[in-house]
Amino acid sequence: MESEEVTTVRARPEPIRAVPVRHPGRWVTVAVLAVLAAMFVHVLVTNDAFNWSFMVDKMFRPPIIEGLLRGTVLMTVSAMVIGVALGVVVAIMRLSDNPILRGVAWLYTWFFRAVPRLVLLAVFGNIGILWSRIEFGVPFDTQLGQLFGIDNLQLRLFGFSSRDILTGFMAGLLGLALSEAAYMAEIVRAGIQSVDPGQTEAAQALGMSRGQLLRRVVLPQAMRVIIPPTGNETIAMLKDTSLLLYVPVSVELFFQLDAVGKRTFQIFPMYVAACLWYLFLTSILLVGQYFLERHFGKGYGPAGRARLRLRTIAAEQGGGGGQGAVG
Amino acid sequence: MSELIPTQTGAPAAESELMVRAEQVHKSFGHIEVLKGIDLEVRSGEVCCLLGPSGSGKSTFLRCINHLEKINAGRIWVDGDLIGYRERGGKLHELREKEVAAQRRAIGMVFQRFNLFPHMTALENVIEAPVRVKREPKAAVRERAEALLARVGLADKMGNYPGQLSGGQQQRVAIARALAMQPKLMLFDEPTSALDPELVGEVLDVMKDLARDGMTMIVVTHEIGFAREVGDTLVFMDGGVVVERGNPREVIANPRHERTKTFLAKVL
Repeated sequence: MESEEVTTVRARPEPIRAVPVRHPGRWVTVAVLAVLAAMFVHVLVTNDAFNWSFMVDKMFRPPIIEGLLRGTVLMTVSAMVIGVALGVVVAIMRLSDNPILRGVAWLYTWFFRAVPRLVLLAVFGNIGILWSRIEFGVPFDTQLGQLFGIDNLQLRLFGFSSRDILTGFMAGLLGLALSEAAYMAEIVRAGIQSVDPGQTEAAQALGMSRGQLLRRVVLPQAMRVIIPPTGNETIAMLKDTSLLLYVPVSVELFFQLDAVGKRTFQIFPMYVAACLWYLFLTSILLVGQYFLERHFGKGYGPAGRARLRLRTIAAEQGGGGGQGAVG
Repeated sequence: MSELIPTQTGAPAAESELMVRAEQVHKSFGHIEVLKGIDLEVRSGEVCCLLGPSGSGKSTFLRCINHLEKINAGRIWVDGDLIGYRERGGKLHELREKEVAAQRRAIGMVFQRFNLFPHMTALENVIEAPVRVKREPKAAVRERAEALLARVGLADKMGNYPGQLSGGQQQRVAIARALAMQPKLMLFDEPTSALDPELVGEVLDVMKDLARDGMTMIVVTHEIGFAREVGDTLVFMDGGVVVERGNPREVIANPRHERTKTFLAKVL
């Protein structure tokens, strides 16, 4: 007891004022980088082939802006919405007890992950070569009809001309969304599997159905794992809309820039414009992703946990009565 | 404990007061037989404590009662309902997922690791099942949930997320969550084993309070003191069988079986 008292009485020592460690290497690095940056600016400014004024003049033209809004932004949003929704369905099928659903889901992800997006888009863009009309109905209807002696039996529910529907935007959307669903299915599956099985048991013990426990308990917790890679997927999708050039989708940013470049023999300035536009768009998405991750990380992760602990401590000091929180 | 004559169909004579009846329950995981024929009867309002070394199958048996585990042989009835199956024309039919869920509504369960929903506040945890599963009006459930949380001593923690609560507080929320479904039977799977020693008491107090109110409880526990004080029966399990059963005070004071003696000597 006595020794403790002595320590409390002793005077507080001087705060430490030490000379910090020097980092000469950092200054050398900065100097080298400054020279490299100057060289880069030199190239940009002195090479006339960049043709900056031409680029700035052309890159805000209405066809290009329209291509950006419809072919890039709208396409990204639509493809991701369909891709995420379908991906969740495929992921749940993949985790189902039904072996047939599992098999179908596996086949789906295998096919759409194995074929490159560019090839997939070219295929969807040219599907009209195979079928001029796409119709839905009873399979093998004509052949079945012949078995019963009916000539040219057609049991079709509805159909459409593939040249009307499956060209341009729709073909591109189909290709991108279906391929995205395969990747999203894997992401969602990983998210669902990351949730503690005790959560499912607790929900079952309360009498929840499989649908309820997925919707109310498992998926909200899986979101924390699903959101960050989905942000990356969205950014990748935005960039992959430039592949629509091969469908082709004419109302699209890169198609338009490329066309202007080829028409005016000013290819490089238009490619630089494409770089700048994609940089601008992905930067916006990066900001959005930051806030999304912060929102869904609530109550988890080092930052979230620290914030919660602070709030708990504040509450305990204010409220009192409770036991100490265990972090 | 009167020995019941097993009948293939129809309810046993003493059913009205029997809450749980298990008959020759067998359960295997792969080649390992965990339960080798468990018989158990728990009367309405009784507190039954399951005791035994780890690996004796007591938690597995508890999980069989609400069909979290499928049994390989035997029968379990809760309040007269055969759990997990329907007997028709001398054949057993598996119940649909919905029907199993309906049976589970009447059986509350408290887990060793609490298993609260971390994305919901304490109050939301308690409200969730009555509103979603039983489709009760939210206002009424909310009132009941607040009363329950107050009863377990957490009136001031309703808006807190599980991550902001201590283990003992979390377990008390978990008990309130199970009670909100107004169950006929409560299953406790080592409710204090994951807690710091100083937090065990607050959870046991809530359970004692519940027992005094006449709740039927089956408690898997290592808390000998709780079993002696609150338990009506004590069932000692080892190696997948019931070794000894009886009044907790008598069994703990003079165990008849060698296995019970050595176990109690280690934990007391």
